[in-house]
Amino acid sequence: MNEIRSISAKQVGRDVPRLESRQKVTGRAEYTHNITLPGMLYAKLCRSTVAHGRILSIDVSAARDLPGVHAVYTGETIRTLIAEPYFGPAFHDQPILAIGKVHFVGEPIAVVLAADPYVAAEAAQMIVAEYEELPAVFDEVEAMTSAAIVHETLKPAGTFADLKHLSGKSNTNVALDYQLRRGDTDAAFAAAEHVFEHEFHTQQVMHTPLEPMVSIAEPGDNCLTIYTASQSPSFVCTEIARLFGWRENQVRVKVPYLGGGFGAKLYIKLEALVAAAAMLARRPVKLSLTMEEQFYTITKHASTFRIKSAVNKDGRITARRCEIFWNGGAFADIGPRVTQKSGFTSPGPYDIDNVSVDSYALYTNRPPAGALRGFGIPQLVWAYESHTDLLARGIGMDAVEFRRRNLLREGRPQATGTLMHDAAIIEVLDKTAELMNWTAPFERGEGVIRRGRAIAIGFKAVVAPTTSGAIVNLSADGSAALYMSTVDMGQGSDTAMAQIVAETLGLVAERVKVVHPDTDVTPYDMATLGSRSTFHMGNAVKLASLHALEQLGAMAREVGLPEGTNYEIRDIFLKKYGMQAGNIIGVGSYVPPYTSPQKGTGLSDNVTPFWMVGAAGVELSVDTETGHVTIDRLINVADVGRPLNPAIVATQLSGAAMMQLGFTLFENMDLDHGQVTNASLADYKIPGMHDLPTVMDNVIVDNNQQNGPYGAKGVGETATFGVSPAIANAIEDAVGVRLTSLPLTPESVLRGIRALRGEKLEG
Amino acid sequence: MSWGESRTITLTVNGTSYTREVEVRFHLADVLRHELGLTGTHLGCEHGVCGACTVLINGRSARSCLMLAVQADGAEITTIEGIADIDGPHAGGLHPLQEAFREFHGLQCGFCTPGMLTTLIELLRDNPAPTEEEVRIAISGNLCRCTGYQGIVDAALATAKNLREATAPA
Ligand code: FES
Ligand code: FES
Repeated sequence: MNEIRSISAKQVGRDVPRLESRQKVTGRAEYTHNITLPGMLYAKLCRSTVAHGRILSIDVSAARDLPGVHAVYTGETIRTLIAEPYFGPAFHDQPILAIGKVHFVGEPIAVVLAADPYVAAEAAQMIVAEYEELPAVFDEVEAMTSAAIVHETLKPAGTFADLKHLSGKSNTNVALDYQLRRGDTDAAFAAAEHVFEHEFHTQQVMHTPLEPMVSIAEPGDNCLTIYTASQSPSFVCTEIARLFGWRENQVRVKVPYLGGGFGAKLYIKLEALVAAAAMLARRPVKLSLTMEEQFYTITKHASTFRIKSAVNKDGRITARRCEIFWNGGAFADIGPRVTQKSGFTSPGPYDIDNVSVDSYALYTNRPPAGALRGFGIPQLVWAYESHTDLLARGIGMDAVEFRRRNLLREGRPQATGTLMHDAAIIEVLDKTAELMNWTAPFERGEGVIRRGRAIAIGFKAVVAPTTSGAIVNLSADGSAALYMSTVDMGQGSDTAMAQIVAETLGLVAERVKVVHPDTDVTPYDMATLGSRSTFHMGNAVKLASLHALEQLGAMAREVGLPEGTNYEIRDIFLKKYGMQAGNIIGVGSYVPPYTSPQKGTGLSDNVTPFWMVGAAGVELSVDTETGHVTIDRLINVADVGRPLNPAIVATQLSGAAMMQLGFTLFENMDLDHGQVTNASLADYKIPGMHDLPTVMDNVIVDNNQQNGPYGAKGVGETATFGVSPAIANAIEDAVGVRLTSLPLTPESVLRGIRALRGEKLEG
Repeated sequence: MSWGESRTITLTVNGTSYTREVEVRFHLADVLRHELGLTGTHLGCEHGVCGACTVLINGRSARSCLMLAVQADGAEITTIEGIADIDGPHAGGLHPLQEAFREFHGLQCGFCTPGMLTTLIELLRDNPAPTEEEVRIAISGNLCRCTGYQGIVDAALATAKNLREATAPA
């Protein structure tokens, strides 16, 4: 049956199989990875071997002379095309190819083009560069005061008002200092019953999408078409147009399916380089990074978080002071946004009258850091939930009870002053405790195996304000196509959005066509990031569908069909046009209300349109002879509003939790003077099947996001929040060892156990 | 341009025989993807770790990024594009494992999916009644960054059960 209209089945809240799943299980789904164009050249990069240095010379002659090489370009060649070839979403600090100096090991300094990728790779190895090395800085706290300065002057992009004051600043590595001040923390600390202070660290890790970053540019006559594995086609279009001094309509950006993104493929990455190379060579150019090169392209911020809390005798937190240092690496990318947008949630989901936050984005000579599944939130929850457990322990109160006493409730002001609405914080905590049987006795293990359990809860404000647009085309046969620039990178947005169209228009979701991002065709969308699409694009899609419905109603009235009668859509068209002809175009765009935080205090009465809440409950076993930790049970509990597609929501939760499990237990970019020494999947381990906890449950609580499309809100990041601190808290519960730096390796557990026993480990 | 030696090889891929002159340095994945246009076989790590490039060579799973095309001369190869037709009764439709991946959401971005499917098809052929542990072991060499693996295990176990029930005497 090829039924288009829905008879009775609800379209929203139904486990619709992914629209593209047939293509994906038969190997026919389109990825940029698979695209080749006639006459296409392959690009390979030559990269810096020093962390910070002035470029003395780049000798490309041998590479240029290798048979089969079409061209070799350096930063100077790019300058013949673009006078100021620097790009970036927050700062224009990233050169297309290095100019004058290099800022990290792995920075691209030259590109080779050849019809055979192996020839291009061989030639790239023949390029010889000489540098005068400069002192480098790698640590985020040292970068605050270091004499090594990564960028001589700061060049904010101008897009963000709160960065403008940094324009032209020199002699600093601070790319943004964000403050929040609420109440009187000094007085509260002075009057406090108990004061606790801790410092936590996270390590640099990488997204490792299985499809490494890839972009292709095809030159035309004063125009370009870019095929790219990007999470933000609209931004690529705007930024390429700006670089070339063109109108946006001279750049066309097309995005097929992505083989994973997780924030790696955001804003602009390889697109500027392939665009410039294609314009210089007058041939299509494809750049496919290897897995190794991804480690030199974008990563997750390492961080240091100093947190101090005052607690009164009733177990209420009365003051909290947060100081966070974000290691942004050599280019700001979106780091300054992470610093601010996540910074204001750093006191945690707690109702605290006196709060002060200082959050710093720092340049260092490491590979750049950007957004990775959580936009900084997992680093924060790691620290504040480890700290919160220590507070409960410190005053001898049960960890769940202590949290319940302090959590924010409906209608209470968050640290910014924004009142909490539709955030099921207490419900998520209670559900987690219930699933863990928290009040029942717990089996603590015997002999060398010791067992522990713990929970952690975090929240996130979606990045605001951002805009999404959508178009719904209703054809004369009653079928619908959705045009939008949300990128389906695996999260299932095509399916979820089709469900919204179907629900609104009374169609069958499986029969709605979703047209993939193409900036010539699909309307603007800020980006597919930060769990924003379900809510923002979902609202735009619903508005576009309602707009189509309204026109359909008008058409029915016009042709004399009485209100409320159950005519097929095609009959209405037939009556109007006398044949199967015409169409209805519904348009919708959505930008939520927002109040900018006040400068200095960071206060705002409307800082976000919605909150995400996620908790993790962990039961684990520690082998006290080896330090090895086995996760016996991981419970992920989330508030996602009303799920549009419960089965897809469950995979988003399990996938996010597993990813965070890797960041918690073993993933770590090893750096030696800025050189990543484990830049390959063989040396940098990501979670495999054997790392899956023995039991993993993914559960949502019942909630309705009132301003969300059909009650829904974002879900992609929620299950990352609680995993790291819940595991660290459970390790302390099991063996009394408190770890304050990620990853929580067997070695660090074992060292902790031995230290407790007064036995020092060698080395 | 060509670097040195080429050789003529014959591969039977998804039931069709192809004879091609290939450079000896070409990986099997290169030939499948670029010479034969079978882009369903994906390349993730290109050094044998992620399993995205897994294909069946004479019925055994192998990493096409690690094998030279000339080593496969004369072999029967099944790629993701050929899976739907492997078992006679399903010819034309999807393989039950493919259906189960859809139903149990054993995929998200789909980049690892070709390797997961080829690996699990080998498992189910050799062991029609695998335990959950055996499924986990079979795909422990295939990485998925998206799903958290649960849907993949569920899909494999459900397929095994369905296939057993379908072949069990009534
Ligand atoms: S691409 Fe072959 S194993 Fe990763
Ligand atoms: S579905 Fe994306 S890597 Fe497995």
